[in-house]
Amino acid sequence: MKILTCPINGPRNISEFVWGGEVKAMPDPATSTDDAWTAYLFLEANVAGEIDEWWLHAPTNTWFIARRNTVTDTVIETMTVDAYFARRAGSEA
Amino acid sequence: MPFALLKYALAKEHPNDPHFRWTPELKPSYDVVIIGAGGHGLAIAYYLAARHGITNVAVLDKGWLAGGNTARNTTIIRANYLTPDGVRFYKESVDLWRGLSTELDINMMYSERGHFTLAHTDAALRTARWRAEVNKHLGVDSEVIGPDEIKRLCPTMNVSDDVRYPILGALYHPPGAIARHDAVAWGYAREAMKRGVEVHTQTPVSKVIVENGRAIGVETSKGPIYAGKIVQAVAGASSEVARMAGFLLPIRTIPLQACVSEPVKPILDQIIVSGSLHVYISQSARGEMVMGSATDPYGLYSTRSTLDFKEGLMAHMLELFPFMGELRVLRQWAGMADMTPDFSPVMGLTPVENYYIDAGWGTWGFKATPVCGLRMAECVATGRQPELLQPFALDRFRTFDLVGEKGAASVGH
Repeated sequence: MKILTCPINGPRNISEFVWGGEVKAMPDPATSTDDAWTAYLFLEANVAGEIDEWWLHAPTNTWFIARRNTVTDTVIETMTVDAYFARRAGSEA
Repeated sequence: MPFALLKYALAKEHPNDPHFRWTPELKPSYDVVIIGAGGHGLAIAYYLAARHGITNVAVLDKGWLAGGNTARNTTIIRANYLTPDGVRFYKESVDLWRGLSTELDINMMYSERGHFTLAHTDAALRTARWRAEVNKHLGVDSEVIGPDEIKRLCPTMNVSDDVRYPILGALYHPPGAIARHDAVAWGYAREAMKRGVEVHTQTPVSKVIVENGRAIGVETSKGPIYAGKIVQAVAGASSEVARMAGFLLPIRTIPLQACVSEPVKPILDQIIVSGSLHVYISQSARGEMVMGSATDPYGLYSTRSTLDFKEGLMAHMLELFPFMGELRVLRQWAGMADMTPDFSPVMGLTPVENYYIDAGWGTWGFKATPVCGLRMAECVATGRQPELLQPFALDRFRTFDLVGEKGAASVGH
């Protein structure tokens, strides 16, 4: 049985989690073009390699971010949403 | 060991492969290059040669002939879909399947078994009635039947209400069939090669050469080749190959697992599917119970098999077929399914000129091999989206014209 580590609840059985797909930047709904919006809704990078993705720990309704390799199925790290976006803001600054 | 066989093995010269006419060297250019030598790619090549006289064609594959999802599916063929667009498309495929052994001169072992989609809830029964009406309207044989009729047609199945999810009824589709998957690929490959098509395996494509929005060739492990038109038919690798051509797809690559039991004497004639229990089963010609379940809970580029899959599958399977408790699992495997949001394929033109796509086949690709090959060949030959493929264009996601087939997918939800 595969174990995934929730940043809040610790290591839990993978069957307790729901996959939320890759992290995508949402365009501003007020200014986005129709094409940019449908691209955000439907198109996926679907990379064979390391990706950042959303996961939900269903029993506690906790969304968090995992960095996972989609070829080897190894989880590199998991972190809270706040930690993920704080780090991303830091690297963009 | 017979002496003749030993002599043959020790001989220096051997006759050519009687089945396939392999060509060792790549030419510098072709009229059409097809990436992916699975059932779909080979079918496109065959119909290009047989119906459109386009024979200067190369089919390239990273691995070997039909070693991807053509070899990994559970070979179920049916036309009982939900949307009129889907039903029309898959009906043409079933019509082609019925004549395919003759057309390709190879025994596909096409076997019409009758296909049952079990309903365990009122909602599932409502979808079954909806599908039956759409099917009948378009000339596809489907009807909703109750537990007594299910028991009469399939005495092996446990239809008692002494289970966790009693069976309320089923969508019965008599033309539902299975076929021998390898024969499909071999038949298309052999007949295409007879007409001059070249198939090059162990030839991965690393780059699609695009100039001014037009695809003009590909870089391969054996050097660059130029092409008038390029088609990609690569199932689970669709997103990675489309990225080489410069565009993204509405696809997530998710494993779909399957397994077979040890072979037993014929005991199950029918194809049984339950969307609510996430299982499907049929018995192959050599007696193995071929079983599958829903796609994996998360995306992955891998063909590994998991214990979770088998535990979930067997728990439900034993309710439907208690005798299965006596059987052992013989083989297990997985294929990488290219899942679209609306459970329908993506076929035809792309944002790149002269570049065509055959993707998004998720868990429903094998049954469409003939019709997809025929219509994609027409699309490539004419440069226009055929009417039958119009609803399945890549552009439908931009205009929100989705073809929602989730309700007719076996178990992919």
